[in-house]
Amino acid sequence: MQLEFSAEEEAFRLEVRDFIAANYPVEIRRRMEAGVAPGKSDFVTWQQILYQQGWIAPRWPVEYGGTGWSPVQCYIFEEEITAASTPRVMPFGLTMLGPVLMTFGSDEQKQQYLPAILDSTTWWCQGYSEPDAGSDLASLKTQAVLEGDHYRVNGSKIWTTYAHYADMMFCLVRTSSEERKQQGISFLLLDMDDPGVEVAPIITNNGLHVVNQVFLKDVRVPRENLVGEEGAGWTIAKYLLGHERTTIAGVAASRQQMRRLKEIATQELDGALPLWQSSRFRDRVAEVEIDLLALEQTNLRVLCDENAGRGPGPEASLLKVRGTEIQQQITELMAEAVGYYGLPYDKTVLTEGWGDQPPVGPDYAASLMPHYFDWRKSSIYGGSNEIQKNIIAKAVLGLG
Amino acid sequence: MDYQLNELQQMLQQSVEKYVERDYDFANRQQLAVTDLGYSEENWRQFAELGWLGVPFTEEQGGFGGGATELMVLFEAFGKALLLEPYLASVVLGGQLLARVGSAEQIERLLPAVIAGESKLALAHSEPQSRYHLSRVACSAAAQGDGFLLTGHKALVLNGQNADHLLVTARTSGDVDDPQGISLFLVPAEAAGVTVRGYRTVDSLQAAEVHLDGVELSADSVLGTVGEAHADIEWVIDQGIAALCAEALGCMESLQQATVEYLQTRKQFGVAIGQFQSLQHAAVDMFIALSQSRSMVYLAANRANADRDERRAALSAAKNFIGRAGRLIGQTAVQLHGGVGMSDELDVSHYFKRLTAINTWLGDDHHHLGQYSDSLLAK
Ligand SMILES: Cc1cc2nc3c(=O)[nH]c(=O)nc-3n(C[C@H](O)[C@H](O)[C@H](O)COP(=O)(O)OP(=O)(O)OC[C@H]3O[C@@H](n4cnc5c(N)ncnc54)[C@H](O)[C@@H]3O)c2cc1C
Repeated sequence: MQLEFSAEEEAFRLEVRDFIAANYPVEIRRRMEAGVAPGKSDFVTWQQILYQQGWIAPRWPVEYGGTGWSPVQCYIFEEEITAASTPRVMPFGLTMLGPVLMTFGSDEQKQQYLPAILDSTTWWCQGYSEPDAGSDLASLKTQAVLEGDHYRVNGSKIWTTYAHYADMMFCLVRTSSEERKQQGISFLLLDMDDPGVEVAPIITNNGLHVVNQVFLKDVRVPRENLVGEEGAGWTIAKYLLGHERTTIAGVAASRQQMRRLKEIATQELDGALPLWQSSRFRDRVAEVEIDLLALEQTNLRVLCDENAGRGPGPEASLLKVRGTEIQQQITELMAEAVGYYGLPYDKTVLTEGWGDQPPVGPDYAASLMPHYFDWRKSSIYGGSNEIQKNIIAKAVLGLG
Repeated sequence: MDYQLNELQQMLQQSVEKYVERDYDFANRQQLAVTDLGYSEENWRQFAELGWLGVPFTEEQGGFGGGATELMVLFEAFGKALLLEPYLASVVLGGQLLARVGSAEQIERLLPAVIAGESKLALAHSEPQSRYHLSRVACSAAAQGDGFLLTGHKALVLNGQNADHLLVTARTSGDVDDPQGISLFLVPAEAAGVTVRGYRTVDSLQAAEVHLDGVELSADSVLGTVGEAHADIEWVIDQGIAALCAEALGCMESLQQATVEYLQTRKQFGVAIGQFQSLQHAAVDMFIALSQSRSMVYLAANRANADRDERRAALSAAKNFIGRAGRLIGQTAVQLHGGVGMSDELDVSHYFKRLTAINTWLGDDHHHLGQYSDSLLAK
């Protein structure tokens, strides 16, 4: 057993750190550190910087533009870009669709779409969930009827993250009704500019617009935009779900948030002393930190299995459940740390920062409570935590 | 022992419940919340006509002669309605403090207008560095001639931007943490040197930062005895806590009901999701927390006028319990609604946010746990 990173791995960490220090634009960094929600151009700018360096898709095979790093290196890379408060690399093209196209796509599809995923010139969104098909995704109803050289698509997708930024959507549609609802589902690539696509914003509890409902009315999708066989949609969707194991726990992000929490608690007062000096408060932070350590070690253990070619099983669901619970606890501690100054709400400050106005309270306070509200989503999406526990009960414990 | 409301209290309950059900719908509330004022003057006038603004004041003062129990009845309904009007600020905190410590002349001058809905008050006590500690006051009131000169910064003054009079605490002697030496002043909002920076809060209420830059006050603006305001501040904050706990209870009831209904109607995997036992148990945990919250709300109202130590311990216990119950119920309600629970269009989001904010207002669950825990040492 060797629970420390090797010398090579540590050297790699420094290389990544130096690169970020030299190339991460100051304007974006400043906004991100102030808790301002990044906009489309922030995401794209940073992704293109990583692309120029050849680091945008570490987990992709080298022949497609990947880096050839080991899973542990990928993990270190993730830690470093997160610790530097860079905008999250959007998963839709890079983590989700890319691997699907490599495995199931035609040569034409690979040539057409993969380069624009790598250089972030196409923004993809994920059209899976529907109003009546969330946890029970296989009951989805959006219809695609083949009419000569194109499909005519009708239905609606919901909770579609950044559909209003997206150029393209990969979606699951029903191409035939079969006995089992998992059959008859197909995987289609749809142009958001097509007539018949309408994107309606959904404002979430932090007051911001990130998710949408997408209405599809007689949208014509060329037949060549079908990925894999007709009816293979469910197989593809399941393959895709298996593809974000290593970052699912969000350990790096939680570590980063813990650092911020400590900084804030050092600056806040509780009576005459800094809040951080209060053992009542600090003990609670310490407990979460211990939970995070346990999660990190578990995550690394799963990674090393992957390094050794043993794929993670359904126990990856554990990483999702504990990871999101810990993230949620941290957002709550941060909002609590600033006391009354968690309460003032200003939507513009969340998207643009305080600008020239003096902040109400400490400048780090404004986004903390809205962020706590928003992060309740993490136990709902990506397979809700209840669904993850069902998976463990069934597939690991053999119950039910 | 008797946990029943008396006849008058039941009548008040029927009147307020009827009002919020009939006249205070959520869509309207959402529109009001984003106006400049943040609530409705028309509603406020109606509250005055219904006699609600006089509930905790004696009949001699022109009130209803009620107390913490009557306020509890009102606030539970306010919680269900997600009421925006500044009842807590103007009546519970400002009005009751004025009625408790003001001279006959001061009360006569202002309280009838408060009860009639013509005047609104705000309590300006907390400060940027005070967190929830009631004795921590840095604002200073220096003697100047016969009067005082106020300097300092008050934080998160509930309804600060819509009040015509502020009840401001400032230090006339002692160190920043000293319970002794805190005085209370009645300050007209338009007095020279008062700057009010208003904003909305996460729960769609109105609050303000109040800056006092050399505000000149005459001797008769002191409320109560110079240097002795701390005990009265404690008392009125406890009244506020009792009211907030009742309001939280109303929010919890609404969430419990909405969630059970959702579990019965939302279908996934061919069945109502309420068929899944893990969700049943989560809903039962909400129910258990709700039932015990009701008991703690009654306790809080009952002890709101007990002797200081008993009162403070009971109110801290209630605020701690309600804070935790509100968190569990709010978080579970959102979770069981799935994606829908994240949408701001749904009232579920707003009950969740109000419960979260109620936990913060007047001290969060961990603060009150500490208060309660420290009270054990003193026993
Ligand atoms: C912020 C946000 C962003 C999202 N982004 C996207 C996106 O980009 N693309 C996309 O396709 N989707 C997206 N989603 C949708 C997300 O995947 C769904 O919300 C999720 O699958 C849950 O589905 P639902 O909302 O319909 O809830 P439901 O499935 O109706 O669940 C309601 C409740 O029932 C529970 N439940 C359901 N079934 C069971 C069961 N068998 N046993 C126990 N409990 C159960 C759930 O855990 C939940 O608590 C997003 C959601 C959110 C909140």
